Amino acid sequence: MSAYKDKDPRIHGIKARIRVVPDFPKPGIMFQDITTLLLDPSAFKDTIDLFVERYKGRNISVVAGVEARGFIFGPPIALAIGAKFVPLRKPGKLPGQVISEKYVLEYGSDCLQMHVGAVEPDDRALVVDDLVATGGTLCAAINLLERVGAQVVECTCVIELPDLKGRERLNGKPLYVLVESH
Amino acid sequence: MFAAENGLKGDPRLEAISRAIRVVPHFPKPGIMFQDITTLLLDHKAFKDTVEIFVDRYRDMDISVVAGVEARGFMFGPSIALAIGAKFVPLRKPRKLPGEVFSEEYVLEYGTDCLQMHVGAVQAGERAIVIDDLVATGGTLSAAIKLLERAGAEVVECGCVIGLPEVKGQRRLDGKPLYILVEPRDIDDCC
Repeated sequence: MSAYKDKDPRIHGIKARIRVVPDFPKPGIMFQDITTLLLDPSAFKDTIDLFVERYKGRNISVVAGVEARGFIFGPPIALAIGAKFVPLRKPGKLPGQVISEKYVLEYGSDCLQMHVGAVEPDDRALVVDDLVATGGTLCAAINLLERVGAQVVECTCVIELPDLKGRERLNGKPLYVLVESH
Repeated sequence: MFAAENGLKGDPRLEAISRAIRVVPHFPKPGIMFQDITTLLLDHKAFKDTVEIFVDRYRDMDISVVAGVEARGFMFGPSIALAIGAKFVPLRKPRKLPGEVFSEEYVLEYGTDCLQMHVGAVQAGERAIVIDDLVATGGTLSAAIKLLERAGAEVVECGCVIGLPEVKGQRRLDGKPLYILVEPRDIDDCC
């Protein structure tokens, strides 16, 4: 489900602030750059407000953000809804004991890690990232949270690339996005 | 300068923030007592207080840019930016930012690293602060200051949650004021 479809008046301004950079990181990829959104305080605030309005009052106790752009959106949401923020990081970054989840890339694989003890079995979690493409990273995030017994309530991103069908790869977890890009 | 010396002496929020930070010995290598702020992020009140202390300090200083250093600066900077109505500018490791960038190399214990900022993110004359979780030697913050100044911005202050002993007693870094909430703890201080 996406706010774009709901036609909230703030969505137009948010979408307009996202810059598309062609051929990054490699030829053929149209990169969705959210840094320009962050340069517009009003549009950035609207982005966070839309997420907070959706998740406040739903007993979300954990916001898990995927490194690194998930760290930009996740903490403001967590602070506003009264949840803890848990960073999900690339290997070797988190200093304490971690659990790891491998996931497949176009070529090869990568790995996401979470601190042991950060999330508990009765936690209700939201996963946040800037963008969902194939869904591989979100899937790894969901797995990390479920492995420690938490309930993943929803995944949420600013942008979805629907043509890459990431929505179907989330083990049945709902996905909420603000804008779609084809 | 430490917040406790600058009007927040005895502020109970600072004590709670300090206690919420976990010390991990020998990470990333033997001898280093790593100051782990992820436990602070798990303590909603302490995390909220951390942001509020910075917001209270910067909201009336006409700051239009909050620059955050990848990646832990991203965990604090955006919330501060949103509260004071400033833009957030991520300062990133090489090849992460998709557009045209300024690059600034800086020295590590062994070798060098590099910080980048998008061209056009910051305009000449803007008043900026730099936010990171921790300042040690100041190498990273120095690079951040240089990036902002190359774009013509005025760096008003650098704000960090934790300040290591190397910066204790120093009120400035490269001529810019430093504002630090807490000192690092030793593992023995943990309850």
